[in-house]
Amino acid sequence: MDVEENNISKKDFPGEIHETAGGGIVLSKLDEVINWARSNSLWPLTFATSCCGIEMMSVASAKYDFSRFGFEVARATPRQADVIIIAGTIVNKMAPVLRRLYDQMADPKYVIAMGACAISGGPFFYNTYSVVKGADHVIPVDVYIPGCPPRPEALLHALISLQQKIKAGLTREQIKENSFLNP
Amino acid sequence: MLNEDLKIMFTGLLPTISFEEGGEWLNVFLAPSEFKSFARQLRTTPGLDFDYLFCLTCVDWKTHFTMVYHFTSTIHRHNIVVKSNLDVNNPEIETVSDVWRTAEMLEREVFDLFGIKFLHHPDLRRLIMPDDWEGWPLRKNYEDPVNMVKL
Repeated sequence: MDVEENNISKKDFPGEIHETAGGGIVLSKLDEVINWARSNSLWPLTFATSCCGIEMMSVASAKYDFSRFGFEVARATPRQADVIIIAGTIVNKMAPVLRRLYDQMADPKYVIAMGACAISGGPFFYNTYSVVKGADHVIPVDVYIPGCPPRPEALLHALISLQQKIKAGLTREQIKENSFLNP
Repeated sequence: MLNEDLKIMFTGLLPTISFEEGGEWLNVFLAPSEFKSFARQLRTTPGLDFDYLFCLTCVDWKTHFTMVYHFTSTIHRHNIVVKSNLDVNNPEIETVSDVWRTAEMLEREVFDLFGIKFLHHPDLRRLIMPDDWEGWPLRKNYEDPVNMVKL
């Protein structure tokens, strides 16, 4: 890739950079800069309840490597995580735990529902006494990924989609916050 | 010990026992009333020494339940499967938790999901389902109109 100075992700940056002698001036909206910064540093929670978790680990490892896109380190505590990837079936006994993990995450927080189980209860397990028919019955979801399990590329696509959603200010959390600030 | 030798030995211990052919492991059928004393003999008889109960489960055939026990001997490296048919209306069998300690948890699980009554079990409570749950979820006739579609 071309590494000339002009090419270094200035396109991605929300605003204008005016070069002047001895430095430069940045013109932008603060909200957009904040969203831009947040979207490029999303730390996922180490959370997986079944086979989608294996696929998620593969996306975290060297071959697919979601840290290339800013999903740098998987955090083992919800206090330090920004995004929770629901990778697997949620059963009725797990639902309160998932809710508590979500509540313990610091704002702003985002949710990705990975795979058929997290979307709707799953292709095999939906007709039982024990399975929650979709994680969005428990916590609000921003991005859904179909598949059983989804390909690693699909998870990468979902992560990038989430970044675009954050930059556009369209995640559930941001919409809720805006409606609260500007009723 | 080979399966053929085990067969001869079991017939000596319990003449009413029957065998199921096919498969790698020797399958043994017996009446639930004979199970407890046979289980003790499996564990203690020299040459058998089935000291490890590695699987305990139940099958709902609608007409009856079948309890299935898998035993192995860590000394002689031989395995058997013991099966016993239980009455569908009053499924009960003696516990073996005093012979193999691991059976205590395994029997609680089977009680939880199938409602099999293990007589003389020290602590027969639900294991996985909530304590106030009603019904036995893994039975074929289990119905949950809220969460399940009837097929």
